[in-house]
Amino acid sequence: MTLDATVRLDDRAVDVSLSVADGETLALLGPNGAGKSSVLAALAGLVRPDAGHVTLDGRVLAGDTWVPAHDRDIALLAQDARLFPHLSVLDNVAFGPRARGAGRRGARATGERWLAEVGITAYAHRRPHELSGGQQQRVAVARALATEPRVLLVDEPLSALDVEAAPDVRDLLRRVLADRTAVVVTHDVVDAALLADRVAVMEHGRVVDEGPAARVLGRPRSDFGARFAGLNLVRGVAESGALRMPDGRLLHGLAEEREDPPVPIHDGARLTAVVAPTAVGVHLTHPHGSPRNALTATVTDLEPHGHLVRVRTDTLTADITPGAAAELGLRRGSAVVLSVKATEVHLHVTGTDL
Amino acid sequence: MSARWARTRSYAVRAGAAVTGLTLLVACSGPASSGEGAATTSADTTLTVFAAASLQTPFEAIGAAFEEANPGTTVRFGFGGSSGLVAQLTEGAPADVLATANEATMTTAESAGLLAGTPRPFATNVLQIAVPADNPRRVDALADLADPATKVVLCAPAVPCGAASLAVEKAAGIDITPVSEEQSVTDVLGKVRSGEADAGLVYVTDVRGAGDSVRGIDFPEAAKAVNTYPIATLKGSENASFAIKFVAAVTSPDGQRVLRDAGFSPATP
Amino acid sequence: MRGARLGVAGVPWLLVPAALGTALVALPVVAMALTVEWSQFWSLVTSEPSRDALWLSLRTATVSTLLCLVLGVPLALVLARSHGRAATLLRSVVLLPLVLPPVVGGIALLQAFGRRGLLGGSFTALGVDIAFTTTAVVIAQTFVAMPFLVLSLEGALRSTGTRFEDVAATLGAAPSLTLRRVTLPLALPGLVSGTILAFARCLGEFGATITFAGSLQGTTRTLPLEIYLQREGDPRAAVALSLVLVAVAVLVIGLTRARRSSLTAGTP
Repeated sequence: MTLDATVRLDDRAVDVSLSVADGETLALLGPNGAGKSSVLAALAGLVRPDAGHVTLDGRVLAGDTWVPAHDRDIALLAQDARLFPHLSVLDNVAFGPRARGAGRRGARATGERWLAEVGITAYAHRRPHELSGGQQQRVAVARALATEPRVLLVDEPLSALDVEAAPDVRDLLRRVLADRTAVVVTHDVVDAALLADRVAVMEHGRVVDEGPAARVLGRPRSDFGARFAGLNLVRGVAESGALRMPDGRLLHGLAEEREDPPVPIHDGARLTAVVAPTAVGVHLTHPHGSPRNALTATVTDLEPHGHLVRVRTDTLTADITPGAAAELGLRRGSAVVLSVKATEVHLHVTGTDL
Repeated sequence: MSARWARTRSYAVRAGAAVTGLTLLVACSGPASSGEGAATTSADTTLTVFAAASLQTPFEAIGAAFEEANPGTTVRFGFGGSSGLVAQLTEGAPADVLATANEATMTTAESAGLLAGTPRPFATNVLQIAVPADNPRRVDALADLADPATKVVLCAPAVPCGAASLAVEKAAGIDITPVSEEQSVTDVLGKVRSGEADAGLVYVTDVRGAGDSVRGIDFPEAAKAVNTYPIATLKGSENASFAIKFVAAVTSPDGQRVLRDAGFSPATP
Repeated sequence: MRGARLGVAGVPWLLVPAALGTALVALPVVAMALTVEWSQFWSLVTSEPSRDALWLSLRTATVSTLLCLVLGVPLALVLARSHGRAATLLRSVVLLPLVLPPVVGGIALLQAFGRRGLLGGSFTALGVDIAFTTTAVVIAQTFVAMPFLVLSLEGALRSTGTRFEDVAATLGAAPSLTLRRVTLPLALPGLVSGTILAFARCLGEFGATITFAGSLQGTTRTLPLEIYLQREGDPRAAVALSLVLVAVAVLVIGLTRARRSSLTAGTP
């Protein structure tokens, strides 16, 4: 474990333990007001926990000793970009390297490299207020990474962005978080699904569920989890614009690409498909009208889910009406055909072909 | 509480009225009328006396006696620096009598055409060395003030007491280097009283008025700068006869006694 | 550039009191300019006492303003980042000179630094005499002017908050570097206007100076003291010098505006 923390904050009623392995991204998922941001502040060293400890690679940051924020090698990306308004975009990015002792020229070179990395080179000499919200967030990402932090903390980085800009920044984050030790705070299950290897669900200041992203999001054990329960996450490899599942079948979908014009997904890229259970239809035989995706499956479980019935299978989970379930005569072990329109399958590139 | 509020409000109303008046003045840009004294023509007479600040104590006593001797009469005083008073009169301030601390300012008033009668000298005042009660530098003669180790505060030459200080310096043939040249006698006294200064030159009457915290030391050269106080009735007076009466009261034996008690010497004719 | 237009926020009658307010401030100054005897203006303001007073005023106001910066900036930082009753108390104490009549300030300074004051004895023992020296003028000016700087800077610091300082820390900037490269630059407009306000207040300081420092040409008699004295001796000189002080004040305000517009150049 690289990052290991137990944080108790009495005035926020927060008491959580977390550990993040080297190169792993942990999503801290929970409703607003759960105390997620306070945990990040404590990890970053901006807030002193009332009790607990923070250890990074065996170095004690909080607990018996106290290491101030500037000496932790932990960068924090806040909800808003918070670029220094009095510095140019380039000087913002060069700020961290400068603060860590780099010379003016070296820091600027580092800054330029990271600006190129996030695609903002053209705006290097602008002031932050001249940039759009999405561009500012990109610069903030570059600024945080330019310090080469051991750990990157990300606090709802998309929440302050409009719908247009969010996917763009999400793509960027997905790229930079791969292979990076990071903690991402979010209340959005899609973000958790797409950005994290593991997910910890936080409610009322406590971690109520923790595990691999697919398990926690697929079979949540918490109240908050019930809201997004059953969301289908299918991982696989890109092939001819579709997703080749581990069992060899193809899942057709729409790529969530923000590039304009859209760039085709390269074969071999790692993909994650997100499919809502309500978008999955259940049939006993191959349906007419031939939807792009028709997958044979075996029912593994049936359970009530609100006014619907949740049909769990060995591939996707589907939510159908009780009437339909009765008509189909479903029971555990039934052989069924699942149908999903390609437009309901959201494909995200999770792999790194940077 | 409510009374205080009422007062505050009335100040505000008056200030507001002044501002409004100011605007009207600008708007009309007509000549300002100066008929303010016209309001005091009832049975009760109010006499306004502008007098040098050093005259405050004796004049208030004389004024009280005057009011007693002339029932229905109220004497109002405006005390201040002599040249300031003359400046106010030139600007049209209504007053009946003017008494200044020196003859020069009275001459200014005269040449400005403010006076109704001829100025009459009614008192004189001479300088005294003022030292803190404990006299830390053991000053006992004017020459001691020339000692550079002694911190001396004088009036600025531009004000009458400063001019007098210069005159005695010249008469004594010494050169005093003051650490400060103050605006007024009161400022000199304040610096001496607080012990910031070791000595200062002020008028006998000022030392007398300052009580025990300041000691006065006479010196012979003071006779070389005798300050004469003149008094005169003013042209703008609405109560000329009362104004003349007041001047008489000041120069009467009773008035002179009050002035002597305050430290003044009689005027040398 | 916006067009020249007076906004009335949709309430036209506001123009009346607004015009009255303008007249109240502008009219006396205009009147003063009208009464000045221009033929003698130059000789009046360049007489030796006038030049001494102006030079002394500029010198002392500059030194006092620097002192205000040295003491006031840390004070503003402490105030802006403190909470609770101790902070409230500290703020009330520091801002006291703002609400005190300057004469009272002068008397208070006398009780502290005067020869027979609280610390005066110790100073005298060290061979330092404050009373009647230019040092006393600087102390008096710093006393009355510092709150302007502290208030202005603290406001700027508070409105910015600690958000950017937190970011700087997570980027690896030690607190002193953050102060230099983030906190102070962000508070610069407040710092500049506070400094200029303090300088103007130093230039205009009268009551505390005359009470605490005395009045001697070239040593303690600053321009306002000279004006007050000349009122007695040569009123024409007083008016002429007053006009000089007005001119300096207008220059200072102009500088503030120029500085501010260059600072915010580019911001909408």
